[in-house]
Amino acid sequence: MPQIVVEGLVKTFTVPERAPGLWGAVRGIARRRVRTVRALDGVSFAIERGELVGYIGPNGAGKSTTVKVLAGILVPDGGRCEVAGRVPWKQRIAHVGDIGVVFGHRTQLWWDLPVVESFDLLRDIYRVPADRYARARDAMIALLDLEPLLDVPVRQLSLGQRMRCDLAAALLHAPAILFLDEPTIGLDAVSKLAVRDFVKQLNREHGVTVILTTHDMDDIEALCTRVVVIASGKILSDGGLAELRAQVTRERWLTVDLVDPDAALDEPGATVIKRDGHRACLAFDPQVVAPAELIRRVTSRHAISDLFVENPPIETIVARLYAAHGGPV
Amino acid sequence: MARALQPYAAVVGVRFRMLLQYRAAALAGLWTQLVFGMVLIMIYEGFYRSSTADVQPMAFPQVASYVWLGQALLAMLPWNIDRELHAMVRSGAVAYELCRPVDLYGLWYARAVAHRTAPTVLRAVPMVMFATVVLPLVGLDEWRLEPPVSLAAGAGFALALGCALALACAISTLVNITMLWTIQNDGVLIIVTSVVSLLSGLLVPLPLLPDWAQPVVRWLPFAGVLDLPYRIYNGHIAPDGLPLVLARQLGWTLALVALGRWWLGRGMRRLVVQGG
Repeated sequence: MPQIVVEGLVKTFTVPERAPGLWGAVRGIARRRVRTVRALDGVSFAIERGELVGYIGPNGAGKSTTVKVLAGILVPDGGRCEVAGRVPWKQRIAHVGDIGVVFGHRTQLWWDLPVVESFDLLRDIYRVPADRYARARDAMIALLDLEPLLDVPVRQLSLGQRMRCDLAAALLHAPAILFLDEPTIGLDAVSKLAVRDFVKQLNREHGVTVILTTHDMDDIEALCTRVVVIASGKILSDGGLAELRAQVTRERWLTVDLVDPDAALDEPGATVIKRDGHRACLAFDPQVVAPAELIRRVTSRHAISDLFVENPPIETIVARLYAAHGGPV
Repeated sequence: MARALQPYAAVVGVRFRMLLQYRAAALAGLWTQLVFGMVLIMIYEGFYRSSTADVQPMAFPQVASYVWLGQALLAMLPWNIDRELHAMVRSGAVAYELCRPVDLYGLWYARAVAHRTAPTVLRAVPMVMFATVVLPLVGLDEWRLEPPVSLAAGAGFALALGCALALACAISTLVNITMLWTIQNDGVLIIVTSVVSLLSGLLVPLPLLPDWAQPVVRWLPFAGVLDLPYRIYNGHIAPDGLPLVLARQLGWTLALVALGRWWLGRGMRRLVVQGG
């Protein structure tokens, strides 16, 4: 049986609305208008133990809502949800003792406490036995290079340092499942890489199931074997990166560096999507024009200093998928 | 049992140590309270001197002790809110506390325990020093804080004060829970502050209130946080009245904890964490 089962999950929020201006404010006193927003509209998926799943979607798609339901914070209006055999919001305390959660946009550490005291407090809150705690803490300190940060109050940490500490804090009680809600948001390149390496290692070597929501497609490409795409509360796609590509487009890109920047490129079956000085980029469908054939035709007609064929970046794929389904909400 | 309480004890410990850092605020408050205590006692002295009644509901030295205890232990009264918790409710961060494997009411109550004790420790010591040592030295012997009338009264006071803390934390937590409904709860706070300071006996010792008010204030919970333990201290309630005092305090504590648990459960279900 899968570790996480979600079936037909529905969650609606009511948002108070009022007309703008003074008159709107006055009317609002007498009659409150509310608008119902379906944050989750029948979401279903299943995740096996040890998977590393990327959960992506435009802003307001329902990503965080899903994570919050899975983390036991929100009670859904309908549908079924079981994590390790438990219903999160019904057996909340037992459930959250077995999961780790990291929210990129807010720390779960205590602002005024030095990092190490936050860790000690978490040991008490999660009732981790002293010897297990010492082992987990020392392992985290070594893996995430936290030694120099231990005595620093959390409020004085940089974002990257804080995220490393937050990751450690979420794992001190050795959870079987880790939820990461935008863990690389706002991080610099080095910190992003550190976070990715750590998550990968955690998943590969310790078998921790990871559900990662992000807007950073590099996170997805670096980490995830499976991607679930959600928009407007509905699942659009669920599968490997290759399947996601195949679902959206078969398109490939041929980039050529022309010796003559003004040469006219006009190939049947391919469209020029970008030109920048000597460099031009052609999009084509490999089932219409074979890549070898296209390259032969271009090289025979033009003087070329360099060329390469690539898949459109996953960023573009996802943007097209979002746009095809009503666009960002 | 110890393991069950481990998270809550840890939260109390951490918050307590953190709140002890606010020494400057305590010192500033101390000065105001010294003046306030002196003014209150001057007023009572005036009343007592000009009164024509033969028997007062409470002797003047008892009133002086009662007033000083009130000032020394002011921070224990449930008259203000937990600012940090307030900020967490406003930002929606409070829902994230649900990610912790602890009972939310227990967590809030633990915060209240620290919030009601740490500032009290900071203020009580200098205040008691002033009221017991400094006042006699400057010739205001009548205004001083007397020691408990007997050993039994002292021990009874200690017990009743412990129960007063439990009750004050239950009320405090209830006040904090109202934040889930009002978000901006200045209004609730004004009401709570005035109700608590009047009905607990902070402004006027409860036995000095009019006769018609006596049955009301006697059965409200607020007497339990201040009036009852102080009257054991100054001998206004004899030691054999202690069981009834403790029963009233604990009865109210249990009732208000039950109410708070139910209410917090409803409030959290209402709460919507911002963001999709």
